[in-house]
Amino acid sequence: MSKWLQLAILAALIAALPLLFPSGYYYRIGALVFVNALAVIGLAILIGQAGQISLGHAGFAGIGAYSCALGPEWLGLHPALSLLAGAALSGVTALLIGRPILRLRGYYLAVATLGFGILVAMVIQNERALTGGPDGMAVAELGLRDLLRDLGWRIGGGEFWYAVSGIVLILGAWIALNIFDSPTGRAMRALHGSEVAARTVGIDVASYKLKAFVISAVYASVSGSLLALQNRYITPDVAGFLHSIELVTMTVLGGAGSIMGAVFGAAILTILPQVLTALADYEQLVLGAIMIVVMIFMPQGLLPYISRRLRRTGK
Amino acid sequence: MDALLQFVFSGLTVGAVYALVALGFTIIYNASDVVNFAQGEFVMLGGMITWFGHDAGLPLMLAAALAIAVTTAVGVALNKFAIEPARGAPVVSLIIITIGASILIRGATQLIFDKQIHRYPAFTGENPIEVMGATILPQSLWVIGGAVAVFVALWLFFSRTLMGKAVLATANNRLAAQLVGINTNWVMTLSFGLSAAIGALAGVLVTPITLISYDVGVALALKGFAGAMLGGMGNPKGALVGGLALGLLEALTAGYLSSQYKDAVAFIVILAVLFVMPQGLFGKTSADRV
Amino acid sequence: MSLLEIKDLGISFGGLKAVDGVGFEVSEREIVSVIGPNGAGKTTLFNMISGVYRPQRGSVHLDGQEVTGTEPHHLAALGLSRTFQNLQIFQEMSVLDNAVAGFHLRERGSILADMLSLPSVHRRARVARDGAMALLDRVGLADLANEEAGNLSYGRLKRLEIARALAVDPRILLLDEPAAGCNAVETEEIDALIAELAREGVAILLVEHDMKLVMKISNHVIVLDRGRKIAEGPPAEVSRNPEVIAAYLGAEEEDDAHADG
Repeated sequence: MSKWLQLAILAALIAALPLLFPSGYYYRIGALVFVNALAVIGLAILIGQAGQISLGHAGFAGIGAYSCALGPEWLGLHPALSLLAGAALSGVTALLIGRPILRLRGYYLAVATLGFGILVAMVIQNERALTGGPDGMAVAELGLRDLLRDLGWRIGGGEFWYAVSGIVLILGAWIALNIFDSPTGRAMRALHGSEVAARTVGIDVASYKLKAFVISAVYASVSGSLLALQNRYITPDVAGFLHSIELVTMTVLGGAGSIMGAVFGAAILTILPQVLTALADYEQLVLGAIMIVVMIFMPQGLLPYISRRLRRTGK
Repeated sequence: MDALLQFVFSGLTVGAVYALVALGFTIIYNASDVVNFAQGEFVMLGGMITWFGHDAGLPLMLAAALAIAVTTAVGVALNKFAIEPARGAPVVSLIIITIGASILIRGATQLIFDKQIHRYPAFTGENPIEVMGATILPQSLWVIGGAVAVFVALWLFFSRTLMGKAVLATANNRLAAQLVGINTNWVMTLSFGLSAAIGALAGVLVTPITLISYDVGVALALKGFAGAMLGGMGNPKGALVGGLALGLLEALTAGYLSSQYKDAVAFIVILAVLFVMPQGLFGKTSADRV
Repeated sequence: MSLLEIKDLGISFGGLKAVDGVGFEVSEREIVSVIGPNGAGKTTLFNMISGVYRPQRGSVHLDGQEVTGTEPHHLAALGLSRTFQNLQIFQEMSVLDNAVAGFHLRERGSILADMLSLPSVHRRARVARDGAMALLDRVGLADLANEEAGNLSYGRLKRLEIARALAVDPRILLLDEPAAGCNAVETEEIDALIAELAREGVAILLVEHDMKLVMKISNHVIVLDRGRKIAEGPPAEVSRNPEVIAAYLGAEEEDDAHADG
């Protein structure tokens, strides 16, 4: 599928879905899907393109989220600037820890990233004076809605965040698709296929792994920031191990190779718990089962699996 | 001096648990090249099931035996239903599968039992024993003794029994092992069962000291892995020494630096080992083949 | 002056000397073949020259510049590229993308340009694409350009690797058993391609088991046995060398014992 077709489908979905919403509550869920999808697109670049695992990306979401909580509170920074500052901080952190960590492969990389995520969550939990500890903290209003109201455009909170997250998602998808279809994307896929062969054609493997890591960290960070801004409240869970695992599961569930897969995976795993609220206790059980089943029976992900099935029955 | 000795005692106690988790990692890693991220869940299951059995009125030892048996079955099932079907899958897939198993086990535990923190009585009384001005709990001696006993038993198993040698042969060269008639599937089953049993034993022993809840597995897995790496991945002696050393480091950090950040020690050890001596204390170097 | 100069190169694995003090030179337009029985250290030698392994002793000079232990991606920029004995194809990429990846050094720009898909990216991509198509045409894979590489036959993948290595625009090309697993016709084609490349000025360093091919196209032959150079010279001379014959006869028996190449 071409880049513009994918973006058009995504934009059409985002614009048309509200027509089916029976209540305002659905805007909230939609916005949550988009926010998660954004982080998952980042991981699609890291896992799907460059073939590097991270079990700690919620750490970057945590940095983004708490930047938006702490920036206005302690530095008097505007929430929008706090989002950018958080993204920059995540990018720099990824750059600094990525250089040594990405020398590792497979299990070692998984454990090192897992450790990083846990470390971030630990800092947020422990620095109570700053972050409110496990209880979390309130987040300042973005203020854009007030501005719109002053301009005579009244928009509800749910609709507003649905639109903002949707627009940021399309922007994120556009950048990711650009990367996929560029020398950078090719270099990432090449090192995924064979590191040694990639090196012999002149690809600086370490540098491209690092680029994938930093870019995906920024995506996760922005995702965390948007989550904090729209919920107006944030707890350390955003940086927690379970959130890292959710993001990875979303990535592989839809199919780590594509944007559509990323959005699809994020949508399923975000909506499922909302639909099955009665089964909240089953969330981890289901998450774990999905990870195992998908990896064994459809390692390419659900979306490629379904489309292959459809093609086969079509023939 | 008393304080130091006190930290050493507590460090050795948790270190013994990390060593047992690291041994579990090592057994599975050697047999299959899989790093089982669900290893920490075995410890959790050992403690939780023992608590449950004891709470339901079973004698403690019976509850403990039940816990080890059930956890062993879980380990065997994990291999049968999640690892075996994925043979030959890329490492990233195996990581996701074992992480998935870990989440699945904790989700199931939380459903079947609960989310509370539990404990049951120590095996031989709760009165601390005084040693040179410091004190040690009798249960700590159980934990440390358990780790040493498991290590000795494993050493005997691998060096003295035919079955143990079959496991080592499979670790060395799977195809060659099959060719000389070793049932490598059976070896995998054995490794997962054994490693689950060892994890469960650790949980059984340590719960009276550290308490247990459904969500302790991941941290234990991370620390066991850190211990295994510190000692040298794939080396049982390394697992024992690495696990104990990590426990000591953690206790000393908690004692002298910050108790809040003691959990960061494992992560720092992992990084330090990886960058300073990737082969660990007892490991061997290897080159990629192209 | 020779393009590639190797002096006293050596490496051991776990006490075993895989390559032990090997030295030779390759000049422009020259085809130099390294032969020897299995386990003689040919691939290890290649891995050291191409920067995949860091040699424990000795040195590699490229066009007079010392490049011992230089990373492969820097060597590629200096004009050294290679193929692999065990295929190292980007399996999940298209045949065309495999070849385009070879143009990386000429195609890459700033990451920001790539993220924003600036016109310069497309311009460079078009050049790389055209170049890649021309190379695929040259190795006879143009009609399979959009196929997923993983679906190709072994012989075709061998040629795809050569196309990818050529995309680097090498001054010296290391070919590790390019004809292995190829049928007679394919071997003939590869043979012709190598000769043509040499005529165009590329220096070729070749590891090959097919003696007929080696004897036919090489200017110079190096014989390794158990990590050491036991002979070198023009093909005709080397093939009469009693030590070489002895090494090979010994190896024939081993080859019968384990049937892999």
